[in-house]
Amino acid sequence: MAVKDRMSGNEAVAYAMKQINPDVMGAFPITPSTEIPQYFSKYIADGEVDTDFVAVESEHSAMSTCIGAAAAGARAITATSSAGLAFMWELLYVAASARLPITMAVVNRALTGPININNDHSDSMGCRDTGWIQIYAETNQEVYDNYIQAMPISEYLRLPIMICQDGFITSHAVENIELLDDADVKGFVGEYEPESYLLKKDATLAVGPYGVSPYYMEIKKAQAEAMKSAKARIVEVGEAYGRLSGRSYGMIEEYMMDDAEVAAVVIGSSAGTGKSAVDDLREQGVKAGLVKVRVFRPFPREELIKALSGTKAVAVMDKCEGFSACGGPLFAETRSALYDAAERPLMVNYVYGLGGRDVTIDTFDEIFAELMDMAKTGETGETYRHIGVRDSEDEER
Amino acid sequence: MVSAKDINEQSTWQELTPGAEIYEPATSKMVNTGEWRVLTPFFNSNKCRQCLLCVPFCPDMSIPVADGKRGKTDLMHCKGCGICAKVCKFGAITMKLEAK
Repeated sequence: MAVKDRMSGNEAVAYAMKQINPDVMGAFPITPSTEIPQYFSKYIADGEVDTDFVAVESEHSAMSTCIGAAAAGARAITATSSAGLAFMWELLYVAASARLPITMAVVNRALTGPININNDHSDSMGCRDTGWIQIYAETNQEVYDNYIQAMPISEYLRLPIMICQDGFITSHAVENIELLDDADVKGFVGEYEPESYLLKKDATLAVGPYGVSPYYMEIKKAQAEAMKSAKARIVEVGEAYGRLSGRSYGMIEEYMMDDAEVAAVVIGSSAGTGKSAVDDLREQGVKAGLVKVRVFRPFPREELIKALSGTKAVAVMDKCEGFSACGGPLFAETRSALYDAAERPLMVNYVYGLGGRDVTIDTFDEIFAELMDMAKTGETGETYRHIGVRDSEDEER
Repeated sequence: MVSAKDINEQSTWQELTPGAEIYEPATSKMVNTGEWRVLTPFFNSNKCRQCLLCVPFCPDMSIPVADGKRGKTDLMHCKGCGICAKVCKFGAITMKLEAK
């Protein structure tokens, strides 16, 4: 029997960790993810789990601990944010190339420069090319659900996985949540049983060898193929989770997209705000829709082509500045995916919400108004835009 | 499981192991890691007193020992670092260019 409760996103992740009872956690506190190891430490201290908690001196060591533990045959987890994730950088590649299925809870926060503790996606977007699966959540319920799906995805594929949520917005806000039974979670997640691991009796195994030029590219190709095969597994696990919980998950979520003429593409908690804006516009007779990208790695190319092909104008929203001087990463990849579509909508980028800048229904109203104008005139104008930023050239100032 | 002897520079990406794992010990014996050596240790057995100090100092375990006596340096794995020549108290090892 599932139980209804109310929890912050951090508490929900720690609770899922408790229900799974993994073998090793290596973690170092950083805002806004600190509460995850904090809550989890209490579960350890109270004897509710028998996880070995390795208190390290940095995130570099936290990820190294996970790599060592996973290579040894343990189910290893960690949690981090922002600069902590940046400090793990070189080890992220090591974990992925050694094909170690580590589960990391990422509580998204801006990267320093200037220092800022609030939400945007620059931390996990920065490491989008490290070879980790990335799944993002809109709500506390989703981050809980995504965490329970993480290991059945990651361990099957032998690819590490990030379960991301928006710092403070979901990590610290308390929402109603439906929690699964411990037994159901244990049954769904199962035991970690790798084929080969360093502590296996009589095993002779070397992990992470030097990859000279005649081998390096073949190793990377194998990794790329594993990521290509990830989508089928993610969808399979998302459907199985739906049968268990009543909440199914796929690569993307389409909201009012069947007949949509204008659409926003968004990642994370802002999708909820966007859906409210879509509801209001639908009442006014505007055919607005929204696509929430749940899985960013692997990138949902076919799903986005299918969802967006019939629309007239699309706004891709990046909670991350990529400094490409022509748009953020979600825009670049979404527009690239749509290049293969027979019918391509007009497409513009909005960089928004950096460093915790508010995103409201008004923000979406403004975006949809501009999309409707684009659909009418057939002109995109400047494709690389920032919204919610003070600008001296703004006529309304 | 794939054996290291079956992996070579013609192997396809499908033929490699996941994460390039290696499932057996001592596979470096099959690899010529001495090919980039510049200087080579030349051993003079007349000067050698068989103190065996060079053996533990060799970072590549390239000096074999049998019956309490050191043998010829394993030049397939010796990288020519010269530590053996440096630690030898009797001048029995000299680092020189190999004749081409």
